[in-house]
Amino acid sequence: MAHAYTPGLKVLHETKINKERRLPLKGTVVVENGTTVQPDDIVAKTDLPGNVQMVNVANQLNIDADDVNDAMTVKVGSEVRKDDMIAETKGLFGMFKSNVTAPVDGTIEVISDTTGQVVIREAPIPVEIDAYMSGRIKEVIPEEGVVIESEGVFIQGIFGIGGESRGDLAVIVKNREEEITEELITSELAGKIVVGGSFISLKAYKKAIQMKVAGVVVGGFNYFDLEDILGYTLGVAITGSEDLATSLILTEGYGKIRMGSQTFDLLKEHHGKFTSVNGATQIRAGVIRPEIVIPLSGDELKGDHKDAHASEGIQAGSLVRVIRAPYFGRMGKVVDLPSELRKMESETMVRVAIIEIDGENIEIPRANLEMVETD
Amino acid sequence: MKLRSILATDCGSTTTKAILIEKIAGEYRLAFRGEAPTTVEAPFEDVTKGVLNAVMEVEELAGRKLIDGDNIMTPRKGDEGVDIYISTSSAGGGLQMMVAGVVKGMTGESAQRAALGAGSIVMDVLASNDGRKPHEKIERIRQLRPDMILLSGGIDGGTTKHVVELAEILAAANPKPRLGTSYKLPVIYAGNKNAADKIKDTLGEITDLDITENIRPVLERENLKPSRDKIHDLFMEHVMQQAPGYKKLMSWTDAPIMPTPGAVGALIEMVAEKENISVVGVDIGGATTDIFSVFQKQFNRTVSANLGMSYSICNVLAEAGLKNVLRWVPFDIDEKELTNRIGNKMIRPTTVPQSMEELVIEQAIAREALRLSFIQHKSFAVNLKGVQKERTISDAFEQSESGESLVDMMDLDLLIGSGGVLSHAPRREQSARMLIDSFLPEGITQLAVDSIFMMPQLGVMANIQKEEIAEDARMAAIEVFEKDCLIRLGSCLAPVGQYKVGATVLITELTLSNGETQTHVLKSGDIFRIKIPYEPVKAKLTPGKGMNIGAGKNEVIETTIYGGVVGIIFDGRGRPLEISSDPKTRISNLTNWSKAVNEYPNLNPNSES
Repeated sequence: MAHAYTPGLKVLHETKINKERRLPLKGTVVVENGTTVQPDDIVAKTDLPGNVQMVNVANQLNIDADDVNDAMTVKVGSEVRKDDMIAETKGLFGMFKSNVTAPVDGTIEVISDTTGQVVIREAPIPVEIDAYMSGRIKEVIPEEGVVIESEGVFIQGIFGIGGESRGDLAVIVKNREEEITEELITSELAGKIVVGGSFISLKAYKKAIQMKVAGVVVGGFNYFDLEDILGYTLGVAITGSEDLATSLILTEGYGKIRMGSQTFDLLKEHHGKFTSVNGATQIRAGVIRPEIVIPLSGDELKGDHKDAHASEGIQAGSLVRVIRAPYFGRMGKVVDLPSELRKMESETMVRVAIIEIDGENIEIPRANLEMVETD
Repeated sequence: MKLRSILATDCGSTTTKAILIEKIAGEYRLAFRGEAPTTVEAPFEDVTKGVLNAVMEVEELAGRKLIDGDNIMTPRKGDEGVDIYISTSSAGGGLQMMVAGVVKGMTGESAQRAALGAGSIVMDVLASNDGRKPHEKIERIRQLRPDMILLSGGIDGGTTKHVVELAEILAAANPKPRLGTSYKLPVIYAGNKNAADKIKDTLGEITDLDITENIRPVLERENLKPSRDKIHDLFMEHVMQQAPGYKKLMSWTDAPIMPTPGAVGALIEMVAEKENISVVGVDIGGATTDIFSVFQKQFNRTVSANLGMSYSICNVLAEAGLKNVLRWVPFDIDEKELTNRIGNKMIRPTTVPQSMEELVIEQAIAREALRLSFIQHKSFAVNLKGVQKERTISDAFEQSESGESLVDMMDLDLLIGSGGVLSHAPRREQSARMLIDSFLPEGITQLAVDSIFMMPQLGVMANIQKEEIAEDARMAAIEVFEKDCLIRLGSCLAPVGQYKVGATVLITELTLSNGETQTHVLKSGDIFRIKIPYEPVKAKLTPGKGMNIGAGKNEVIETTIYGGVVGIIFDGRGRPLEISSDPKTRISNLTNWSKAVNEYPNLNPNSES
């Protein structure tokens, strides 16, 4: 049977989810293998080296770099407080002395007699990593972090902004076509992950931020409105480090596009459950898509798992979504995967799939299809 | 050893491409090609798997054995295997460097030129005078995590203070390499030789320091080669060792693996030298656009890191502005709808234009990406700054300064395009128009595209150092480049001068190889194409009054020009090219220009949903 590899987004009602939680630098892992953790539990911590301040003592005292060591009143390794004197000239008969003070609290790291610079390192910056989702510690990576395993719902979005967030899931629209309007965002949604249908306007999203909504999951948003939120034009889709109170995850793309029915129905089914989301997106080699994770407990699991990392190609019968004009956003079933190249209206020669959309068979380049992986 | 068959691969960030070159009837030709997804990332994490898959495709097409188990068979035994195997690589994001120099416009720029020439992406240029405070520089170094750092600064015998200060900043940042935590970051020092000992004291312990010749031993001269070679060595020794599967790949190859853009640059340099011509080459990819040029025998390369056709398509829109993109679109379109469409291409980068409208929009964006990349290139490919020139009286009147661009479009002989949007445009006429509109060649310029992007593999081939095979490999690279790699589109004839409406700007008398003669008159504002294949055509070019077609104002040229798959394009639209801001006039002009070269014969805008 004809078969083609087409990247797709996952919409899984029950799967094993593994999350690696790794420190930026080596440190200490504070949990053990097999421990059950909650999203806010700290799993690993470390100290990042403090910031560095450089003080040009030679310039400030108007002396040669060679003479800096003689002028220093502290040594390498000394701890200093802000405004402590660190160097002083001998002056003239003990008078007209000039001195240099520390601009910050820290430790003297280097005194250079070539450049006359003194390097002061500030206190280390503590960093802690939490569990992000509830689950069990499956693996401890010594000094670096852990792998947490959980079971539950796993859904990938196409694009997001803002990093990790969590809260109870609140589906606030009646159907997948409905937009999230300003009126729908109320103060009761503070701290929740809000789910909408086809679109959220800039005004409604701003209100969500104002109401301290934890996250928004919706079909589409306008690309040109991102600038208003981010303060710059998003040139490449690498996000996640924005300082946003409300993470935003788009399941379909830019514009007004109704949410896929599988995604919407699955989210609706879990209305009220505690949900972790991450808007971080990286569309480069080593792609990262935003995600929605709803860990489920024993009695909520049906036991019909699907591996979140397995990816099948498309074949006749596969459910696909068209991801480029002129049929953008439409979903259909693969009828056939002819092997020969076909000429498109644009005169581009491509491999195509024949898709049945609303009872009609349409030729679409395979590159313009996205598989919807459901279970 | 006489080379009869050469296998070469290019491991790109998404696709690994293999080509088999064989000596057929006394000349080297591309015999077969194959490709497969690159396998650097999970779940495979071994680049050689993708290489074997791509080679397996070639093997099937060639109908003879090239792989034995998990190995490429070299040397050739009878009908099995190949004489040599070579490779380039840009997988895993290529080579990412940070460079530092004392004065940004002088040693900083020289260091940048060396790193770019070696095929790396320059993440940042650190300089004593870059306006950032030491702690800001330190934070930046920590944030970036480059693959290696090139530190330069000072002329030999000059002051050592500033370059040592830069080393102290590096030491304070204590930078970590991007890949792996088990090794020290490679740092190349190529500055004032008198500072070498102090640099060793400052950086010797915490980094893997290598000291090479000064990049700028005197103000008047750059000495980039030792640094470029050192970058290649360290790329192999350190960076490649960390990438999954590369140790194995390195053990297979008969020549060092080169970074892909470094290999392309080497090839373009070789072509320019052999033909004694000026060349511009461009490779427009999904994330970046690379431009290579050789003018006045000087090679330059720039990477516009965020100008590309998919991953960075929105950045093209941001930098060019919507108006500049729209000026190439010959129909009305809702602006908000257009930005959403472009945004959707960014988040789904592998899609292809199905409708004619989508194709036109994509090619409009390509024109802007190419135009902006070329502006960056022109401002970087300059004479050395800070050099005192001896001047004559006439120079003084011309106000020529050091630091002027080497790029002279009138001097350009050959413009080569590559990358999906140029190499795979449905019609070659579209590629020719994109090249002309964005680079605006002047006088007589030959146009070509790289058919399947095999310049990287040919570049390594041309650079093999092993004596016994070097000559054959170089010959193979040249022959395949000319016969199979380049698709000659034709030539562009564009007179330059003060344009007057309706005036004749060029009269061309052509004598074709079959003896037929033709005369063509180009009027101001017009563009047209005549179909002539790739063959020498005798041409007498008489510029209109006040016009220049290459030899100076009003000077007639008698020369040989070449056609190609598109032919000869006569461009009388003027330089710079001005596009009307009135939508009606703009659409009418664009439609006429398209018709003149048969660019989009089937465009019927707004016909679809």
